Amino acid sequence: MSSTTEAITGGRLMVELLEEAGVEIVFGYPGGAILPFYDELYHSKKIKHILVRHEQGAVHMAEGYARSTGKLGVCIATSGPGATNLITGLTDAKLDSIPILAITGQVATDAIGTDAFQEADIFGITIPITKYNALIKKADDLARHFEEAIKIAMGGRPGPVLLDFPKDVQTQKTTVRKATSLKIAPHHYERPKVKGDPQEFAEVLNGAKRPLLYVGGGAINSFASAEIKALAEKANAPVTTTLMGLGAFPGTHPLSVGMLGMHGTAYANKAVLECDYILNLGARFDDRVAKYQDFAPNAIRAHVDIDAAEFNKRINVDHILHGDLKDAIREILPFVKGGDRSSWIENIQTLKKNHPLDYDNSGDSIKPQDFLQRVYARTKGEAIVSTDVGQHQMWAAQYYLFDRPNTWLTSGGLGTMGYGLPAAIGAKFGNPDKTVICVTGDGSFQMCIQELATIAQSKLGVKILLFNNNFLGMVRQWQELFYEERFSESQWTYNPDFVKLSEAYGIPAMKIEHKSEIEKGVDFFLKDSGSALIEVMIPAEEKVFPMIPAGKSQQDLIEFKDLGKLKK
Amino acid sequence: MKHTLSILVNNHPGVMSHVSGLFTRRGYNIDSIAVGVTDNAEVSSMTIVLNGDDFVVGQVKNQLLKLPDVLRVQDMAYASSVQRELVLISFSITEGNRSEALTICNGFDVKILEMTEDSLLIEFSGNSRQVANIISVLKPFGIREISRTGQIAIAYRNQNSV
Repeated sequence: MSSTTEAITGGRLMVELLEEAGVEIVFGYPGGAILPFYDELYHSKKIKHILVRHEQGAVHMAEGYARSTGKLGVCIATSGPGATNLITGLTDAKLDSIPILAITGQVATDAIGTDAFQEADIFGITIPITKYNALIKKADDLARHFEEAIKIAMGGRPGPVLLDFPKDVQTQKTTVRKATSLKIAPHHYERPKVKGDPQEFAEVLNGAKRPLLYVGGGAINSFASAEIKALAEKANAPVTTTLMGLGAFPGTHPLSVGMLGMHGTAYANKAVLECDYILNLGARFDDRVAKYQDFAPNAIRAHVDIDAAEFNKRINVDHILHGDLKDAIREILPFVKGGDRSSWIENIQTLKKNHPLDYDNSGDSIKPQDFLQRVYARTKGEAIVSTDVGQHQMWAAQYYLFDRPNTWLTSGGLGTMGYGLPAAIGAKFGNPDKTVICVTGDGSFQMCIQELATIAQSKLGVKILLFNNNFLGMVRQWQELFYEERFSESQWTYNPDFVKLSEAYGIPAMKIEHKSEIEKGVDFFLKDSGSALIEVMIPAEEKVFPMIPAGKSQQDLIEFKDLGKLKK
Repeated sequence: MKHTLSILVNNHPGVMSHVSGLFTRRGYNIDSIAVGVTDNAEVSSMTIVLNGDDFVVGQVKNQLLKLPDVLRVQDMAYASSVQRELVLISFSITEGNRSEALTICNGFDVKILEMTEDSLLIEFSGNSRQVANIISVLKPFGIREISRTGQIAIAYRNQNSV
């Protein structure tokens, strides 16, 4: 019998298929129902397994790895509670279109449906939060399901997939080691042809006097940065990005107007109001950006996306190109003309000058914006930055300028507290030579804090920048501005000693409270390639500006200088 | 406005959950859903009737097409398709109104499946308007039980025949 037809166990085949797919690292946590697979993984020389402390950590690590490398992220959990701990991360990956393969163990096929020990219907549970999922009932189907799942995760608009493996399927023997045919239609994984008329599309752009490019996370997924830069420069059009699109266009480029949306720059949001043409490149008119149907009220709207379901979903558009962003821009480019847009560019420069990102840096307290600017300067903008969710996330988005794609890892769609630390760990495994910084807050940090052990165990050089205001800062900001300062349950009346905690995990740590300590703190934080935690005490009343209040539109933007007005 | 979607899907477990789950989580309401296997054992046909404007139906179609197990989605225009539903109705009769009930049944081309002293069990198939009609006509007799299949539909080959 040749080696290709020799019968092997499902568990062995799972490992082989992962190896064949080029998977080098997986993040997981063993348990009874996934043990046959783990037993086979023990022998793998190609796959490194990272043992996490909680399955939520595993899936966020897979996300951080996937976002920073552009490769598939893989996480593994056992049945029941192990699998349900993946839910938040899978939902996160769905909303941010991150390619994740989740492998879960399941009770044996004859026990399914009997409320067996550690049984959960993870297939049913994850239907709405995965791009695709399947329960594999026999080892002969395994190869096909694997191939389909990986193709679906990576193809088209990427997303998370979950494969559920009953324990007996992992021990069953099979000779079917390759999929002979796939049951899913090719359009679910093949790169789609660009549909629409690129020439006509470009001509509308050519006719615009005040064009604005609006770049989303799709630009990162399609590796379209070079094309976007070429398009912006050829058309002489300013570029704003969404939170997810940061890094897809260089933040330091003269045509960059930074981020738009709820906490975007004032000039980006004002540019949206003034432009006469807005070209959405791989964004989805998310409600934190485009609140109302009158988004970009004076503009012709155009949209390029790989997902046809995004067209006219929230905001009606005038021109559509359907396809992969990189391909679509390449097809548009030959028809794009420069044109004189100097007055528009000048206008943008004036907006930038008159409405800069701003904060009050007088006094002795440390301002997070200041600290982030110094970290930016010290790292020359070359770090990979992950964040948790809240004020620190927005400050990082505003003050750390991202020049390259795949260097900004944040939970955009779902807003998942607890994302930052494991995402940074995943990114560091994928980019061992780069500086990886997790920017977090005292609230978010405590949601996946146990993954400090994963850093320690792997002697991983992850840097943790912890802004501590003893509050849920963003909640507090809303309560202060919109709930008459009723700080209902947003204050931490108990926080651990984060420095001691970090040191307990073997991670060097330091706390700073006064402005005079900033340089010392940055030195400590970035002095070598090892792990470090810096706890920066910041004023609880520090706020994120600009801000578009929830439910309002671009016209209602509040800048730092308007704060006095708002308080009345 | 009512729309009838004819959907071809892979015939394996969980597909129904995927499809109906999509409606649930996007907040769309299903009026009726009927599923059966096609001549190809690996493919099932689903007919879903939903209420919504063109925007909603467009969204439903686009989102359905993203499901890997969905092979085809067709929006059936009423005028260019055959739409049918099968309904079983058990209703009360008395000696006094039995002949009236039978006359109605004749008029509607109804199949009588069981007749007892005080009840009739009938089978009827027709488009949604006809089904609604027979139910309303039989209501005064006193309906005991109704079981409906949900609507199924198929497009005319010749779309110019209308």
